[in-house]
Amino acid sequence: MTQRRLFGDELGKRLDEVLFASHSHRSATRIAEGLEALSRDRQERVLHWANVAAGTYAEIGYQIATLAPQAFALLDDAGFDAWALASLDAFDRQGGRAAMDLLRDIEGFRGARGGALAVAKFSDIEARLSRFIQGLSGRPLSLSADPEAGAAAWTDSETIHLPARLASLPRTEANRGLYKVLAVILWAQTRYGTFGSALVDLQAALAPWLETVDHARALRWLSVLEAVRLEAKIAVDLPGLAAEIATLRGPWPTVLTPMVARLSRPDATLADTLAVLSDCMAGGEDAPLLPHQVKIDPAAALRVRAARVARDKQILSRAINALKGSSGRPGPRDESMAPLAAEGGAVDFNLSDEALALPPEARAAAQSLLQDLGEVPPECLVPAGPGAWQPTERTDGGEGLADQREPDRRYDEWDYRRKAYRKDWCHLFESDVAPGDADYVAEVKRRHAGLIRQIRRRFEMLRGEDRMLGRQAEGEELDLDAAVDAIADSNSGMESSERLFRRRIRNERSLAAMFMVDMSGSTKGWVNDAERESLVMLCEALESLGDAYAIYGFSGWTRTRSDIYRIKRFDEAYDSTVQARIAAVAAKDYTRIGVATRHLTELLLRQPARHRLLVTLSDGRPDDYGDEYRGHYGIEDTRRALQEARQRGVRSYCITIDRQGADYLAHMYGAAHYTVLHDVKKLPLKIADIYRRLVS
Amino acid sequence: MKIETLAPQLATIAEEPYYQAIGDETALFEAAYARRLPLLLKGPTGCGKTRFVEYMAWRLKRPLVTVACHDDLTTADLVGRYLIVGNQTTWVDGPLTAAVRAGAICYLDEIVEARKDTIVVIHPLADARRMLAVDKRGEMVMAPDSFMLVVSYNPGYQSVLKEIKPSTRQRFVAVDFDYPEAAVEAGIVATEGKVDIDTARRLVKLGELTRNLKGAGLDEGASTRLLVHAAQLIGAGITPHAACTAAVARALSDDPDMNGTLDDLVRAVF
Repeated sequence: MTQRRLFGDELGKRLDEVLFASHSHRSATRIAEGLEALSRDRQERVLHWANVAAGTYAEIGYQIATLAPQAFALLDDAGFDAWALASLDAFDRQGGRAAMDLLRDIEGFRGARGGALAVAKFSDIEARLSRFIQGLSGRPLSLSADPEAGAAAWTDSETIHLPARLASLPRTEANRGLYKVLAVILWAQTRYGTFGSALVDLQAALAPWLETVDHARALRWLSVLEAVRLEAKIAVDLPGLAAEIATLRGPWPTVLTPMVARLSRPDATLADTLAVLSDCMAGGEDAPLLPHQVKIDPAAALRVRAARVARDKQILSRAINALKGSSGRPGPRDESMAPLAAEGGAVDFNLSDEALALPPEARAAAQSLLQDLGEVPPECLVPAGPGAWQPTERTDGGEGLADQREPDRRYDEWDYRRKAYRKDWCHLFESDVAPGDADYVAEVKRRHAGLIRQIRRRFEMLRGEDRMLGRQAEGEELDLDAAVDAIADSNSGMESSERLFRRRIRNERSLAAMFMVDMSGSTKGWVNDAERESLVMLCEALESLGDAYAIYGFSGWTRTRSDIYRIKRFDEAYDSTVQARIAAVAAKDYTRIGVATRHLTELLLRQPARHRLLVTLSDGRPDDYGDEYRGHYGIEDTRRALQEARQRGVRSYCITIDRQGADYLAHMYGAAHYTVLHDVKKLPLKIADIYRRLVS
Repeated sequence: MKIETLAPQLATIAEEPYYQAIGDETALFEAAYARRLPLLLKGPTGCGKTRFVEYMAWRLKRPLVTVACHDDLTTADLVGRYLIVGNQTTWVDGPLTAAVRAGAICYLDEIVEARKDTIVVIHPLADARRMLAVDKRGEMVMAPDSFMLVVSYNPGYQSVLKEIKPSTRQRFVAVDFDYPEAAVEAGIVATEGKVDIDTARRLVKLGELTRNLKGAGLDEGASTRLLVHAAQLIGAGITPHAACTAAVARALSDDPDMNGTLDDLVRAVF
């Protein structure tokens, strides 16, 4: 490429192509003028990012081009790339306004980037911290980042909210430590009853200041006093952690000395804190600011807690119900099931042996109640009426409700233009295929009886067979030939061999195969028929081979509803239910293949086999509603997903029915091997053979 | 016919092994022994199954034969095989046959690990027939009344490959084992690891925290055995941090991220 700078009119023309295909009312001239002074490299960089961004949202592309001269005044090339990429991430997460704000605040972006040496980012510590908190609490307590600058750390007792970045301490390591301390304090709030218990009502205690000017001050005091009390609590069980907190906070501010004396006892409770709180509020001073200051929002916490308590109670009552029902005992309240000991105890209905048989979900619920209320409410321990044990009442909403449901998993997706992942971009839902015609499989088997016999015979030959190895140093029986030789050798004065045994060895096949079946709309008709028949052939083949296998279908409608349909799980037998599901494999929506590949790879990785194989059955090009996934984006994402699978030790193989004989296949399946079938009808005949070649 | 055996000498356990009973397992074991019923111990790794059997063998004054099962364990490994000594073949009893002949307690540890065709040889031993077929010798060894078969397995392995067949499991009286509650476990760690009770309590706390991570990155939390190991290292003069890192954290996981979390937990407790 020549290094000549582009002139204004040339720039204008290219910007027009990139940005204004649909916005003819704006002119590129003014932007072009701004860019004229930049070096050619930088000009190209701006055009590249404007193009990429416009692919996501035209306005961001426009802003990047407009602000580029200012950005280059403050940022280097790598900084510019990061700035543009950050705006797209902001758009993905929070929408257009956030992206615009980020772009305009170049100074702030540089500050954050320049200070990057001291900044600790939530995303960097999230995994480790969430496991740490899980280790402490034993009940799920999720972490969430608040992207707003200067956001406070707080909890609603189910989620711990932390700032997306912390830079208040001079070193990154220290800021990471601060993250941990904040999370621990918030965990301790939920664990040691900051939001009240069966005995202390926090809401009532705060009522005097509610809706007065002092409300915020009361909450600040509450937070500080609780920090004192909770630290003493933590020190009982987790002295190392308490020492870490103490180091980070430094000495308590001197104004706190009397309060520390009163609250820094392991047996202090919320009631003590509230007593001290009214004294503090009686004085007019404001609470001192602590280095590990968190915010307390009692209303939010109590709301969430009430919902959780109701849920846990229900789970527990139903479990006990089911238990009483099954043990055939009448339901009157057992004297032995007195309310449990408060704080800190393990859930233990030790006087009543049947409670030991509580299902794990119910024990977790009881544990959770104990943490929330300090006791398991007695009414939970009495059966409330007939009802089978069911931990949750999952009502299956219609298809249209999918978006309201919380997805089962979220997956990143690769955006080739940004050369970066879009975080948690695809929402994945997993469900069973509703069983269809129970006789379908039998019918196919009848139709293809000859072929199936042939397949079975061929696959049986592949099965791992035992072999006897002769002349081994160890083994279960004598190898007579070897023994005779040895004796002859020794009689003739030669040294005799010690390898006199026969050993049985088994060629164990340790292979798990996952079949991923395209259930997109384009498979309707012949392709779908061929897919279903192929599945029958495959199952017949694999049953005679004895490999572990699973079959899942995939389809979807935009990134917020990627569906995975279970046809056969690894632990399911090839029985009438599975056969009825195969019959019901139907053409649904679109082909967002990357997220399906990622999810099924994940499932496959859980299999204990030595070799893992992912076989994709599809009818060609990745496609999804809206024009984004169609085309290059989808191909690159699929390619990336297959690469990820290979890196994680899953071998993939793609069988594709593509009548166009497309040229992108080699690129898309680069990481995998693939086969193109031009005639759909041959699929059932060939599939077993293809599999046999793969695994033998 | 004289049986040419090279069977190992079986001895009873001389010294009382330390065992802290948690429920009625001792009484159950004795009752099963008296009624000649085989026993199946279920529970996570390192919760005291093997120690319990040792203790009971001592209590009942029977020799104990322990076999750690693995996936290459053949029938011959259990029952016995012919060896060549000089120009002759000599039969050597396997551990199971030796135990049956001696009326000992035979303990097959982690029975699910053994090959399916191997497990079948214990079937006639584990029901009313109480006999062992040694088909290479054409011999039926009848178990004396003092013989007892005990097997164990860990139901925590959620693997289809590691499941015990109903035809096998329905021959046994089953006893559940789990990690003891905190106070008892602390006592065990203190006694067995020879540390003071405060250190033992902290170790047990660490154990609890790691068990909370089961399913969230760890297959199993720290077992009582690991905690005892850590205690023993501490007793030998290693700092608690280093001891827990080596005996607990590194023993649980190879994943660097998970190790980071475990280190955090160790530091939280000590």
